[in-house]
Amino acid sequence: MAVLTPTKSTSPAPSPPGGGRRRGAARRTPPLVLAFVMVPLLAEALWVFWPALQGFYLALTDWDGVSPPTFVGLDNFREMAGDDTFRSATWHTVLWLVLFGGLSALLGLATALLFQQERRGIGFYRAALFLPVVFSLVATALVWQAIYQPDGVLNQVLEAVGLGSLRHAWLADQDTALYAVIVPALWRQIGYVMVLYLAGLKGIDPALYEAAKVDGASAWQRFRHVTLPQLRSVNAVVLSVIVIDSLRSFDVVWSLTRGGPYHSSELLSTYMYSTAFQSLRLGYGSALAVVIFVLAFGVICSYLVRAFREAD
Amino acid sequence: MTTTSAAVRRRRAATAGFHLGAGTLALLWLLPIGLVLVTSLRSFDDIAANGLGSWPHSFTLDNFRQAWVDGGQRRALINSLLVTIPAVLVTLALASMAAFALSRYELPFRRSLLLLMLGGNLLPPQILLVPVSKLSELMGLHDTLTALIGVQIGFGVGFYVFVLHGFMRAIPAEIQQAAVVDGAGPWQIFWRIILPLTRPALAALSALSFTWVFNDLLWAITVLRSDTKMPITAALIGLQGQYVSMWNVIAAGSVIAAAPTVAVFLRFQRHFVAGLNLGAVK
Repeated sequence: MAVLTPTKSTSPAPSPPGGGRRRGAARRTPPLVLAFVMVPLLAEALWVFWPALQGFYLALTDWDGVSPPTFVGLDNFREMAGDDTFRSATWHTVLWLVLFGGLSALLGLATALLFQQERRGIGFYRAALFLPVVFSLVATALVWQAIYQPDGVLNQVLEAVGLGSLRHAWLADQDTALYAVIVPALWRQIGYVMVLYLAGLKGIDPALYEAAKVDGASAWQRFRHVTLPQLRSVNAVVLSVIVIDSLRSFDVVWSLTRGGPYHSSELLSTYMYSTAFQSLRLGYGSALAVVIFVLAFGVICSYLVRAFREAD
Repeated sequence: MTTTSAAVRRRRAATAGFHLGAGTLALLWLLPIGLVLVTSLRSFDDIAANGLGSWPHSFTLDNFRQAWVDGGQRRALINSLLVTIPAVLVTLALASMAAFALSRYELPFRRSLLLLMLGGNLLPPQILLVPVSKLSELMGLHDTLTALIGVQIGFGVGFYVFVLHGFMRAIPAEIQQAAVVDGAGPWQIFWRIILPLTRPALAALSALSFTWVFNDLLWAITVLRSDTKMPITAALIGLQGQYVSMWNVIAAGSVIAAAPTVAVFLRFQRHFVAGLNLGAVK
Protein backbone atom coordinates (compact mmCIF):
# COMPACT_ATOMS: atom_id res chain seq x y z
CA MET A 1 0.00 0.00 0.00
CA ALA A 2 2.75 2.40 0.95
CA VAL A 3 4.39 1.74 -2.39
CA LEU A 4 1.28 2.58 -4.36
CA THR A 5 0.31 5.96 -2.92
CA PRO A 6 3.12 8.18 -4.32
CA THR A 7 2.55 7.05 -7.90
CA LYS A 8 -1.07 8.10 -7.74
CA SER A 9 -0.11 11.74 -7.20
CA THR A 10 1.96 11.80 -10.42
CA SER A 11 -0.72 10.26 -12.63
CA PRO A 12 -3.44 12.94 -13.01
CA ALA A 13 -1.40 15.27 -15.23
CA PRO A 14 -0.52 12.98 -18.17
CA SER A 15 -3.55 10.71 -18.17
CA PRO A 16 -6.47 12.81 -19.50
CA PRO A 17 -5.27 13.85 -23.03
CA GLY A 18 -4.04 10.59 -24.62
CA GLY A 19 -6.03 8.16 -22.54
CA GLY A 20 -8.16 6.77 -25.36
CA ARG A 21 -5.27 6.06 -27.65
CA ARG A 22 -3.29 4.27 -25.01
CA ARG A 23 -6.17 2.06 -24.02
CA GLY A 24 -6.54 1.15 -27.71
CA ALA A 25 -2.89 0.09 -27.82
CA ALA A 26 -3.34 -2.17 -24.84
CA ARG A 27 -6.27 -3.92 -26.51
CA ARG A 28 -4.14 -5.39 -29.26
CA THR A 29 -2.66 -8.24 -27.27
CA PRO A 30 1.10 -8.63 -27.74
CA PRO A 31 2.12 -12.22 -28.58
CA LEU A 32 4.32 -12.40 -25.50
CA VAL A 33 1.30 -11.76 -23.31
CA LEU A 34 -0.59 -14.57 -25.02
CA ALA A 35 2.35 -16.89 -24.39
CA PHE A 36 2.31 -15.83 -20.75
CA VAL A 37 -1.18 -17.29 -20.46
CA MET A 38 -0.80 -20.23 -22.79
CA VAL A 39 2.27 -21.88 -21.23
CA PRO A 40 0.82 -22.24 -17.72
CA LEU A 41 -2.54 -23.18 -19.20
CA LEU A 42 -0.96 -25.96 -21.24
CA ALA A 43 0.93 -27.24 -18.21
CA GLU A 44 -2.33 -27.40 -16.31
CA ALA A 45 -4.14 -28.95 -19.28
CA LEU A 46 -1.55 -31.74 -19.51
CA TRP A 47 -1.51 -32.62 -15.81
CA VAL A 48 -5.04 -31.68 -14.73
CA PHE A 49 -7.71 -31.10 -17.39
CA TRP A 50 -6.83 -34.01 -19.67
CA PRO A 51 -6.41 -36.49 -16.77
CA ALA A 52 -9.67 -35.24 -15.24
CA LEU A 53 -11.55 -36.03 -18.45
CA GLN A 54 -9.96 -39.47 -18.54
CA GLY A 55 -10.91 -39.94 -14.90
CA PHE A 56 -14.58 -39.42 -15.73
CA TYR A 57 -14.37 -41.87 -18.61
CA LEU A 58 -12.55 -44.51 -16.53
CA ALA A 59 -15.37 -44.34 -13.98
CA LEU A 60 -17.52 -46.00 -16.64
CA THR A 61 -15.10 -48.85 -17.19
CA ASP A 62 -13.82 -52.01 -15.59
CA TRP A 63 -10.00 -51.93 -15.57
CA ASP A 64 -7.21 -53.84 -13.90
CA GLY A 65 -4.51 -51.51 -15.26
CA VAL A 66 -2.99 -54.22 -17.47
CA SER A 67 -5.48 -55.28 -20.12
CA PRO A 68 -7.38 -52.48 -21.88
CA PRO A 69 -10.35 -51.02 -19.93
CA THR A 70 -13.77 -52.40 -20.84
CA PHE A 71 -16.74 -50.06 -20.96
CA VAL A 72 -19.43 -51.08 -18.45
CA GLY A 73 -21.66 -48.00 -18.38
CA LEU A 74 -23.00 -47.18 -14.94
CA ASP A 75 -22.25 -50.62 -13.45
CA ASN A 76 -19.67 -49.20 -11.04
CA PHE A 77 -22.23 -46.82 -9.58
CA ARG A 78 -24.79 -49.60 -9.35
CA GLU A 79 -22.24 -51.64 -7.43
CA MET A 80 -21.80 -48.81 -4.92
CA ALA A 81 -25.45 -49.07 -3.92
CA GLY A 82 -24.78 -52.49 -2.45
CA ASP A 83 -21.28 -51.75 -1.13
CA ASP A 84 -21.28 -51.48 2.66
CA THR A 85 -17.77 -50.12 2.80
CA PHE A 86 -18.76 -47.38 0.38
CA ARG A 87 -21.76 -46.51 2.51
CA SER A 88 -19.76 -46.27 5.72
CA ALA A 89 -16.92 -44.37 3.99
CA THR A 90 -19.50 -41.84 2.75
CA TRP A 91 -20.96 -41.48 6.22
CA HIS A 92 -17.48 -41.01 7.70
CA THR A 93 -16.69 -38.41 5.06
CA VAL A 94 -19.83 -36.47 6.00
CA LEU A 95 -18.94 -36.77 9.69
CA TRP A 96 -15.43 -35.61 8.87
CA LEU A 97 -16.80 -32.61 7.01
CA VAL A 98 -19.04 -31.61 9.90
CA LEU A 99 -16.60 -32.27 12.74
CA PHE A 100 -13.27 -31.44 11.16
CA GLY A 101 -14.65 -28.64 8.98
CA GLY A 102 -17.10 -27.15 11.45
CA LEU A 103 -14.80 -27.26 14.45
CA SER A 104 -11.80 -25.87 12.60
CA ALA A 105 -13.91 -22.94 11.35
CA LEU A 106 -15.42 -22.21 14.76
CA LEU A 107 -12.23 -22.63 16.73
CA GLY A 108 -10.20 -20.82 14.08
CA LEU A 109 -12.52 -17.83 14.34
CA ALA A 110 -12.53 -18.01 18.14
CA THR A 111 -8.75 -18.04 18.39
CA ALA A 112 -8.51 -15.24 15.83
CA LEU A 113 -10.87 -13.12 17.91
CA LEU A 114 -8.85 -13.94 21.03
CA PHE A 115 -5.55 -13.07 19.37
CA GLN A 116 -6.69 -10.20 17.16
CA GLN A 117 -5.47 -7.30 19.29
CA GLU A 118 -1.79 -6.39 19.03
CA ARG A 119 -0.38 -6.65 22.53
CA ARG A 120 2.67 -7.95 24.32
CA GLY A 121 3.33 -11.65 23.70
CA ILE A 122 0.67 -11.96 21.00
CA GLY A 123 3.25 -12.94 18.37
CA PHE A 124 4.28 -15.95 20.44
CA TYR A 125 0.70 -17.12 20.97
CA ARG A 126 -0.14 -16.81 17.28
CA ALA A 127 3.06 -18.59 16.27
CA ALA A 128 2.36 -21.43 18.72
CA LEU A 129 -1.05 -22.08 17.16
CA PHE A 130 0.22 -21.70 13.65
CA LEU A 131 3.32 -23.85 14.00
CA PRO A 132 1.59 -27.23 13.39
CA VAL A 133 0.32 -25.91 10.04
CA VAL A 134 3.82 -26.22 8.59
CA PHE A 135 4.17 -29.88 9.59
CA SER A 136 3.29 -32.51 7.07
CA LEU A 137 0.19 -34.48 7.94
CA VAL A 138 2.35 -37.59 8.00
CA ALA A 139 4.63 -36.16 10.68
CA THR A 140 1.57 -34.87 12.56
CA ALA A 141 0.03 -38.33 12.40
CA LEU A 142 3.13 -40.05 13.77
CA VAL A 143 3.38 -37.55 16.64
CA TRP A 144 -0.19 -38.32 17.63
CA GLN A 145 0.18 -42.03 17.05
CA ALA A 146 2.80 -42.06 19.81
CA ILE A 147 0.44 -40.12 22.07
CA TYR A 148 -2.37 -42.63 21.41
CA GLN A 149 -0.34 -45.78 22.11
CA PRO A 150 -1.58 -48.03 24.94
CA ASP A 151 1.45 -46.97 27.03
CA GLY A 152 1.42 -43.43 25.57
CA VAL A 153 0.96 -40.06 27.19
CA LEU A 154 -2.80 -39.84 26.76
CA ASN A 155 -3.46 -43.04 28.67
CA GLN A 156 -0.86 -42.11 31.31
CA VAL A 157 -2.55 -38.76 31.87
CA LEU A 158 -5.98 -40.41 32.15
CA GLU A 159 -4.54 -42.81 34.70
CA ALA A 160 -2.94 -39.99 36.64
CA VAL A 161 -6.12 -37.96 36.96
CA GLY A 162 -8.10 -41.00 38.09
CA LEU A 163 -9.83 -41.72 34.80
CA GLY A 164 -7.92 -44.96 34.29
CA SER A 165 -11.14 -46.70 33.30
CA LEU A 166 -11.09 -44.66 30.08
CA ARG A 167 -7.71 -46.08 29.04
CA HIS A 168 -7.95 -47.22 25.47
CA ALA A 169 -6.15 -48.45 22.41
CA TRP A 170 -7.54 -45.36 20.71
CA LEU A 171 -6.56 -46.20 17.15
CA ALA A 172 -7.28 -49.91 17.36
CA ASP A 173 -10.84 -49.56 18.63
CA GLN A 174 -13.53 -49.30 15.98
CA ASP A 175 -15.56 -46.90 18.10
CA THR A 176 -12.79 -44.35 18.62
CA ALA A 177 -10.49 -44.65 15.58
CA LEU A 178 -12.25 -42.04 13.45
CA TYR A 179 -12.35 -39.44 16.23
CA ALA A 180 -8.77 -40.21 17.18
CA VAL A 181 -7.81 -39.37 13.62
CA ILE A 182 -9.83 -36.14 13.50
CA VAL A 183 -8.04 -34.62 16.52
CA PRO A 184 -4.57 -34.41 14.92
CA ALA A 185 -6.14 -33.06 11.74
CA LEU A 186 -7.86 -30.35 13.78
CA TRP A 187 -4.69 -29.59 15.71
CA ARG A 188 -3.06 -28.74 12.42
CA GLN A 189 -5.99 -26.97 10.70
CA ILE A 190 -7.12 -24.54 13.39
CA GLY A 191 -3.99 -22.40 13.16
CA TYR A 192 -4.46 -22.14 9.41
CA VAL A 193 -8.05 -20.97 9.67
CA MET A 194 -7.02 -18.59 12.46
CA VAL A 195 -4.51 -16.88 10.18
CA LEU A 196 -7.16 -16.45 7.48
CA TYR A 197 -9.53 -14.89 9.99
CA LEU A 198 -6.82 -12.71 11.55
CA ALA A 199 -6.16 -11.24 8.13
CA GLY A 200 -9.88 -10.66 7.66
CA LEU A 201 -10.30 -9.01 11.06
CA LYS A 202 -7.37 -6.74 10.36
CA GLY A 203 -9.08 -5.56 7.21
CA ILE A 204 -12.13 -4.26 9.07
CA ASP A 205 -12.22 -0.48 9.32
CA PRO A 206 -11.86 0.48 13.02
CA ALA A 207 -14.19 3.44 12.37
CA LEU A 208 -17.07 0.96 12.07
CA TYR A 209 -16.46 -0.22 15.64
CA GLU A 210 -16.15 3.38 16.84
CA ALA A 211 -19.47 4.26 15.22
CA ALA A 212 -21.14 1.20 16.73
CA LYS A 213 -19.73 2.07 20.13
CA VAL A 214 -21.04 5.62 19.87
CA ASP A 215 -24.42 4.17 19.04
CA GLY A 216 -24.20 2.13 22.26
CA ALA A 217 -23.76 -1.33 20.71
CA SER A 218 -22.66 -4.05 23.13
CA ALA A 219 -19.66 -6.28 22.45
CA TRP A 220 -21.95 -9.04 21.18
CA GLN A 221 -23.87 -6.63 18.93
CA ARG A 222 -20.59 -5.29 17.53
CA PHE A 223 -19.53 -8.86 16.76
CA ARG A 224 -22.91 -9.80 15.28
CA HIS A 225 -23.56 -6.67 13.24
CA VAL A 226 -20.08 -5.37 12.41
CA THR A 227 -17.54 -8.20 12.56
CA LEU A 228 -19.56 -11.02 11.00
CA PRO A 229 -20.90 -9.08 8.01
CA GLN A 230 -17.46 -7.61 7.39
CA LEU A 231 -15.96 -11.12 7.39
CA ARG A 232 -18.27 -12.31 4.64
CA SER A 233 -15.62 -12.72 1.97
CA VAL A 234 -13.23 -14.39 4.42
CA ASN A 235 -16.02 -16.75 5.46
CA ALA A 236 -16.47 -17.73 1.84
CA VAL A 237 -12.75 -18.43 1.53
CA VAL A 238 -12.66 -20.38 4.79
CA LEU A 239 -15.70 -22.46 3.90
CA SER A 240 -14.40 -23.46 0.52
CA VAL A 241 -10.97 -24.23 1.99
CA ILE A 242 -12.61 -26.40 4.63
CA VAL A 243 -14.88 -28.35 2.33
CA ILE A 244 -12.12 -28.96 -0.16
CA ASP A 245 -9.62 -29.92 2.55
CA SER A 246 -12.12 -32.26 4.19
CA LEU A 247 -12.86 -34.14 1.00
CA ARG A 248 -9.16 -34.33 0.20
CA SER A 249 -8.13 -35.53 3.65
CA PHE A 250 -6.06 -38.59 3.08
CA ASP A 251 -2.55 -38.36 4.51
CA VAL A 252 -3.51 -38.29 8.16
CA VAL A 253 -5.89 -41.25 7.91
CA TRP A 254 -3.50 -43.19 5.72
CA SER A 255 -0.60 -42.71 8.12
CA LEU A 256 -2.59 -43.49 11.26
CA THR A 257 -5.01 -46.30 10.41
CA ARG A 258 -5.09 -46.94 6.62
CA GLY A 259 -8.85 -46.55 7.10
CA GLY A 260 -9.11 -49.41 9.60
CA PRO A 261 -9.76 -51.21 11.84
CA TYR A 262 -12.44 -52.89 9.70
CA HIS A 263 -12.99 -49.70 7.69
CA SER A 264 -14.07 -47.86 10.84
CA SER A 265 -12.03 -44.77 9.92
CA GLU A 266 -12.38 -45.23 6.16
CA LEU A 267 -13.00 -42.04 4.19
CA LEU A 268 -13.98 -41.91 0.53
CA SER A 269 -10.48 -40.67 -0.27
CA THR A 270 -8.72 -43.60 1.42
CA TYR A 271 -11.22 -46.11 0.06
CA MET A 272 -10.67 -44.72 -3.41
CA TYR A 273 -6.88 -45.02 -3.07
CA SER A 274 -6.85 -48.56 -1.74
CA THR A 275 -9.44 -49.70 -4.29
CA ALA A 276 -7.50 -48.27 -7.20
CA PHE A 277 -3.90 -48.88 -6.23
CA GLN A 278 -4.02 -51.86 -3.89
CA SER A 279 -6.98 -53.91 -5.14
CA LEU A 280 -6.11 -52.64 -8.66
CA ARG A 281 -9.78 -52.02 -9.46
CA LEU A 282 -9.00 -48.83 -11.36
CA GLY A 283 -12.48 -48.45 -12.84
CA TYR A 284 -14.33 -48.74 -9.55
CA GLY A 285 -11.71 -46.49 -7.90
CA SER A 286 -12.31 -43.85 -10.58
CA ALA A 287 -16.05 -44.08 -9.96
CA LEU A 288 -15.42 -43.46 -6.25
CA ALA A 289 -13.33 -40.43 -7.24
CA VAL A 290 -16.28 -39.15 -9.26
CA VAL A 291 -18.45 -39.37 -6.15
CA ILE A 292 -15.88 -37.25 -4.26
CA PHE A 293 -15.93 -34.80 -7.15
CA VAL A 294 -19.72 -34.59 -7.10
CA LEU A 295 -19.70 -33.91 -3.36
CA ALA A 296 -17.15 -31.14 -3.83
CA PHE A 297 -18.63 -29.72 -7.01
CA GLY A 298 -21.63 -27.79 -5.72
CA VAL A 299 -19.73 -26.15 -2.90
CA ILE A 300 -16.76 -25.21 -5.04
CA CYS A 301 -18.99 -23.75 -7.75
CA SER A 302 -21.17 -21.69 -5.47
CA TYR A 303 -18.17 -20.19 -3.74
CA LEU A 304 -16.29 -19.64 -6.97
CA VAL A 305 -19.24 -17.75 -8.36
CA ARG A 306 -19.59 -15.69 -5.20
CA ALA A 307 -15.89 -14.94 -5.09
CA PHE A 308 -15.93 -13.77 -8.69
CA ARG A 309 -19.01 -11.62 -8.29
CA GLU A 310 -17.36 -9.91 -5.36
CA ALA A 311 -14.09 -9.57 -7.24
CA ASP A 312 -15.64 -7.42 -9.95
CA MET B 1 -9.38 8.94 41.94
CA THR B 2 -10.97 5.74 43.25
CA THR B 3 -12.84 5.07 40.03
CA THR B 4 -9.67 5.37 37.89
CA SER B 5 -7.64 3.10 40.16
CA ALA B 6 -10.46 0.57 40.10
CA ALA B 7 -10.44 0.76 36.31
CA VAL B 8 -6.67 0.28 36.23
CA ARG B 9 -6.96 -2.71 38.54
CA ARG B 10 -9.70 -4.20 36.41
CA ARG B 11 -7.63 -3.76 33.26
CA ARG B 12 -4.66 -5.42 34.95
CA ALA B 13 -6.81 -8.36 35.99
CA ALA B 14 -8.14 -8.67 32.44
CA THR B 15 -4.60 -8.64 31.04
CA ALA B 16 -3.47 -11.29 33.50
CA GLY B 17 -6.52 -13.39 32.67
CA PHE B 18 -5.81 -13.07 28.97
CA HIS B 19 -2.21 -14.18 29.33
CA LEU B 20 -3.21 -17.05 31.58
CA GLY B 21 -5.77 -18.34 29.09
CA ALA B 22 -3.72 -17.66 25.98
CA GLY B 23 -0.59 -19.07 27.58
CA THR B 24 -2.35 -22.28 28.56
CA LEU B 25 -3.75 -22.65 25.05
CA ALA B 26 -0.35 -22.04 23.45
CA LEU B 27 1.37 -24.52 25.76
CA LEU B 28 -1.31 -27.11 25.07
CA TRP B 29 -0.72 -26.59 21.36
CA LEU B 30 3.03 -26.95 21.73
CA LEU B 31 2.78 -29.98 24.00
CA PRO B 32 2.73 -32.63 21.21
CA ILE B 33 5.78 -30.96 19.67
CA GLY B 34 7.56 -31.05 23.02
CA LEU B 35 6.63 -34.70 23.42
CA VAL B 36 8.02 -35.73 20.04
CA LEU B 37 11.23 -33.80 20.72
CA VAL B 38 11.68 -35.54 24.06
CA THR B 39 10.84 -38.96 22.60
CA SER B 40 13.33 -38.45 19.78
CA LEU B 41 16.08 -38.03 22.39
CA ARG B 42 15.18 -40.99 24.61
CA SER B 43 16.99 -44.29 24.39
CA PHE B 44 15.13 -47.40 23.25
CA ASP B 45 15.86 -49.18 26.52
CA ASP B 46 14.33 -46.31 28.44
CA ILE B 47 11.09 -46.52 26.43
CA ALA B 48 11.01 -50.32 26.58
CA ALA B 49 11.52 -50.36 30.34
CA ASN B 50 9.42 -47.39 31.45
CA GLY B 51 6.83 -47.07 28.69
CA LEU B 52 6.33 -44.46 26.00
CA GLY B 53 4.31 -42.13 28.19
CA SER B 54 6.64 -42.18 31.17
CA TRP B 55 9.00 -39.47 32.36
CA PRO B 56 12.29 -39.79 30.38
CA HIS B 57 15.27 -41.40 32.10
CA SER B 58 18.13 -41.68 29.63
CA PHE B 59 18.95 -39.71 26.49
CA THR B 60 20.81 -40.38 23.24
CA LEU B 61 21.33 -38.75 19.86
CA ASP B 62 21.75 -42.11 18.20
CA ASN B 63 18.06 -42.16 17.14
CA PHE B 64 18.77 -39.40 14.66
CA ARG B 65 21.69 -41.34 13.22
CA GLN B 66 19.50 -44.42 12.84
CA ALA B 67 16.70 -42.53 11.10
CA TRP B 68 19.11 -40.49 8.99
CA VAL B 69 21.46 -43.27 7.84
CA ASP B 70 19.81 -46.68 8.37
CA GLY B 71 16.26 -45.45 7.87
CA GLY B 72 17.14 -43.67 4.61
CA GLN B 73 15.93 -40.26 5.71
CA ARG B 74 18.97 -38.54 4.24
CA ARG B 75 18.24 -39.72 0.71
CA ALA B 76 14.56 -38.99 1.19
CA LEU B 77 15.26 -35.43 2.30
CA ILE B 78 17.44 -34.88 -0.77
CA ASN B 79 14.63 -36.25 -2.96
CA SER B 80 12.17 -33.90 -1.31
CA LEU B 81 14.36 -30.88 -1.94
CA LEU B 82 15.04 -31.99 -5.52
CA VAL B 83 11.27 -31.94 -6.11
CA THR B 84 10.23 -28.99 -3.98
CA ILE B 85 12.70 -26.32 -5.06
CA PRO B 86 12.19 -26.62 -8.84
CA ALA B 87 8.45 -27.11 -8.41
CA VAL B 88 8.08 -23.92 -6.35
CA LEU B 89 10.28 -21.82 -8.62
CA VAL B 90 8.65 -22.94 -11.87
CA THR B 91 5.10 -22.77 -10.50
CA LEU B 92 5.52 -19.23 -9.25
CA ALA B 93 7.26 -18.10 -12.43
CA LEU B 94 4.45 -19.50 -14.59
CA ALA B 95 1.75 -18.25 -12.25
CA SER B 96 3.07 -14.69 -12.14
CA MET B 97 3.29 -14.63 -15.93
CA ALA B 98 -0.29 -15.78 -16.34
CA ALA B 99 -1.54 -13.49 -13.58
CA PHE B 100 0.24 -10.55 -15.22
CA ALA B 101 -1.32 -11.22 -18.58
CA LEU B 102 -4.80 -11.80 -17.17
CA SER B 103 -4.80 -8.82 -14.83
CA ARG B 104 -3.03 -6.16 -16.91
CA TYR B 105 -4.33 -6.84 -20.44
CA GLU B 106 -7.81 -7.03 -21.81
CA LEU B 107 -7.56 -10.54 -23.15
CA PRO B 108 -10.69 -12.18 -24.51
CA PHE B 109 -12.28 -14.61 -22.02
CA ARG B 110 -9.83 -13.59 -19.34
CA ARG B 111 -12.28 -14.15 -16.51
CA SER B 112 -13.25 -17.56 -17.82
CA LEU B 113 -9.58 -18.51 -18.15
CA LEU B 114 -8.90 -17.43 -14.59
CA LEU B 115 -11.94 -19.39 -13.40
CA LEU B 116 -10.85 -22.44 -15.39
CA MET B 117 -7.32 -22.36 -13.98
CA LEU B 118 -8.49 -21.95 -10.40
CA GLY B 119 -11.14 -24.62 -10.94
CA GLY B 120 -8.46 -27.11 -11.97
CA ASN B 121 -6.70 -26.56 -8.68
CA LEU B 122 -9.90 -27.04 -6.71
CA LEU B 123 -10.59 -30.46 -8.20
CA PRO B 124 -10.26 -33.27 -5.70
CA PRO B 125 -6.94 -34.91 -6.59
CA GLN B 126 -8.59 -38.34 -6.37
CA ILE B 127 -10.17 -37.89 -9.77
CA LEU B 128 -6.69 -37.37 -11.24
CA LEU B 129 -4.74 -40.11 -9.48
CA VAL B 130 -5.37 -43.03 -11.82
CA PRO B 131 -5.01 -41.04 -15.07
CA VAL B 132 -1.91 -39.17 -13.83
CA SER B 133 -0.22 -42.40 -12.88
CA LYS B 134 -1.02 -43.84 -16.32
CA LEU B 135 -0.01 -40.59 -18.04
CA SER B 136 3.40 -40.62 -16.39
CA GLU B 137 3.86 -44.22 -17.56
CA LEU B 138 2.86 -43.21 -21.07
CA MET B 139 5.40 -40.37 -21.12
CA GLY B 140 8.10 -42.68 -19.80
CA LEU B 141 8.23 -40.66 -16.60
CA HIS B 142 6.77 -43.22 -14.24
CA ASP B 143 8.74 -43.52 -11.03
CA THR B 144 10.81 -40.40 -11.76
CA LEU B 145 11.06 -37.20 -9.77
CA THR B 146 10.36 -35.31 -13.02
CA ALA B 147 6.82 -36.68 -13.07
CA LEU B 148 6.29 -35.56 -9.50
CA ILE B 149 7.61 -32.07 -10.28
CA GLY B 150 5.39 -31.93 -13.36
CA VAL B 151 2.19 -32.82 -11.56
CA GLN B 152 2.99 -30.47 -8.68
CA ILE B 153 3.41 -27.60 -11.16
CA GLY B 154 0.34 -28.44 -13.21
CA PHE B 155 -1.92 -28.94 -10.22
CA GLY B 156 -0.62 -26.00 -8.17
CA VAL B 157 -0.35 -23.26 -10.77
CA GLY B 158 -4.06 -22.36 -10.91
CA PHE B 159 -4.25 -21.31 -7.30
CA TYR B 160 -1.20 -19.07 -7.51
CA VAL B 161 -2.49 -17.45 -10.69
CA PHE B 162 -5.68 -16.60 -8.85
CA VAL B 163 -3.96 -15.09 -5.81
CA LEU B 164 -1.39 -13.16 -7.84
CA HIS B 165 -4.12 -11.93 -10.19
CA GLY B 166 -5.95 -10.40 -7.27
CA PHE B 167 -2.75 -8.82 -6.11
CA MET B 168 -1.64 -7.45 -9.48
CA ARG B 169 -5.06 -6.08 -10.30
CA ALA B 170 -4.74 -3.74 -7.32
CA ILE B 171 -1.70 -2.03 -8.87
CA PRO B 172 -2.95 1.24 -10.41
CA ALA B 173 -3.24 1.33 -14.19
CA GLU B 174 -1.45 4.70 -14.36
CA ILE B 175 1.88 3.06 -13.56
CA GLN B 176 1.58 0.80 -16.55
CA GLN B 177 0.29 3.58 -18.82
CA ALA B 178 3.25 5.77 -17.91
CA ALA B 179 5.59 2.94 -18.83
CA VAL B 180 3.81 2.38 -22.15
CA VAL B 181 4.23 6.08 -22.95
CA ASP B 182 7.94 5.70 -22.24
CA GLY B 183 8.04 2.90 -24.83
CA ALA B 184 8.22 -0.12 -22.53
CA GLY B 185 7.13 -3.48 -23.95
CA PRO B 186 5.16 -6.12 -22.04
CA TRP B 187 8.32 -7.87 -20.88
CA GLN B 188 9.75 -4.66 -19.38
CA ILE B 189 6.44 -3.83 -17.73
CA PHE B 190 6.27 -7.31 -16.29
CA TRP B 191 9.88 -7.59 -15.18
CA ARG B 192 10.65 -4.01 -14.13
CA ILE B 193 7.32 -2.74 -12.80
CA ILE B 194 4.71 -5.34 -11.93
CA LEU B 195 6.93 -8.12 -10.62
CA PRO B 196 8.86 -5.90 -8.16
CA LEU B 197 5.54 -4.57 -6.83
CA THR B 198 4.34 -8.16 -6.41
CA ARG B 199 7.33 -9.18 -4.29
CA PRO B 200 5.49 -9.38 -0.96
CA ALA B 201 2.88 -11.72 -2.43
CA LEU B 202 5.55 -13.82 -4.12
CA ALA B 203 7.48 -14.12 -0.87
CA ALA B 204 4.40 -15.29 0.99
CA LEU B 205 3.41 -17.72 -1.76
CA SER B 206 6.91 -19.21 -1.96
CA ALA B 207 6.86 -19.94 1.74
CA LEU B 208 3.37 -21.45 1.46
CA SER B 209 4.02 -23.52 -1.62
CA PHE B 210 7.33 -24.77 -0.22
CA THR B 211 5.49 -26.26 2.72
CA TRP B 212 2.68 -27.63 0.54
CA VAL B 213 4.90 -29.36 -1.98
CA PHE B 214 7.38 -30.54 0.64
CA ASN B 215 4.60 -32.02 2.78
CA ASP B 216 2.76 -33.78 -0.03
CA LEU B 217 2.24 -37.51 0.28
CA LEU B 218 -0.53 -38.41 -2.15
CA TRP B 219 1.11 -37.38 -5.44
CA ALA B 220 4.40 -38.95 -4.38
CA ILE B 221 2.94 -42.38 -3.69
CA THR B 222 0.88 -42.12 -6.87
CA VAL B 223 3.68 -41.49 -9.38
CA LEU B 224 6.65 -43.03 -7.55
CA ARG B 225 7.31 -46.71 -6.85
CA SER B 226 10.91 -47.29 -5.71
CA ASP B 227 11.83 -46.64 -2.10
CA THR B 228 15.00 -44.85 -3.19
CA LYS B 229 12.98 -42.14 -4.98
CA MET B 230 10.43 -41.43 -2.26
CA PRO B 231 10.34 -37.99 -0.63
CA ILE B 232 10.53 -37.56 3.11
CA THR B 233 6.80 -37.91 3.82
CA ALA B 234 6.54 -41.32 2.17
CA ALA B 235 9.87 -42.35 3.69
CA LEU B 236 8.49 -41.49 7.11
CA ILE B 237 5.64 -43.95 6.58
CA GLY B 238 8.28 -46.48 5.51
CA LEU B 239 10.20 -45.78 8.71
CA GLN B 240 7.02 -46.43 10.68
CA GLY B 241 6.82 -49.88 9.10
CA GLN B 242 10.53 -50.59 9.40
CA TYR B 243 10.91 -49.59 13.05
CA VAL B 244 7.61 -50.82 14.44
CA SER B 245 7.14 -49.54 17.98
CA MET B 246 10.67 -48.11 18.12
CA TRP B 247 9.16 -44.76 18.92
CA ASN B 248 12.51 -43.11 19.58
CA VAL B 249 13.58 -43.62 15.95
CA ILE B 250 10.14 -42.76 14.52
CA ALA B 251 10.09 -39.56 16.58
CA ALA B 252 13.59 -38.65 15.38
CA GLY B 253 12.41 -39.24 11.80
CA SER B 254 9.39 -36.98 12.33
CA VAL B 255 11.64 -34.24 13.68
CA ILE B 256 13.90 -34.52 10.64
CA ALA B 257 10.89 -34.45 8.30
CA ALA B 258 9.43 -31.36 9.97
CA ALA B 259 12.64 -29.38 10.40
CA PRO B 260 12.91 -27.84 6.89
CA THR B 261 9.36 -26.46 6.85
CA VAL B 262 9.70 -25.15 10.39
CA ALA B 263 12.92 -23.42 9.36
CA VAL B 264 11.16 -21.83 6.37
CA PHE B 265 8.27 -20.74 8.55
CA LEU B 266 10.48 -19.17 11.22
CA ARG B 267 12.61 -17.44 8.61
CA PHE B 268 9.69 -16.07 6.57
CA GLN B 269 7.08 -15.67 9.28
CA ARG B 270 6.71 -11.96 8.55
CA HIS B 271 6.16 -12.64 4.84
CA PHE B 272 3.46 -15.16 5.69
CA VAL B 273 1.50 -12.66 7.77
CA ALA B 274 2.16 -9.61 5.60
CA GLY B 275 1.21 -11.42 2.42
CA LEU B 276 -2.00 -12.81 3.85
CA ASN B 277 -2.98 -9.37 5.16
CA LEU B 278 -2.34 -7.70 1.81
CA GLY B 279 -4.28 -10.42 0.04
CA ALA B 280 -7.27 -10.09 2.33
CA VAL B 281 -7.47 -6.29 2.04
CA LYS B 282 -7.51 -6.61 -1.78
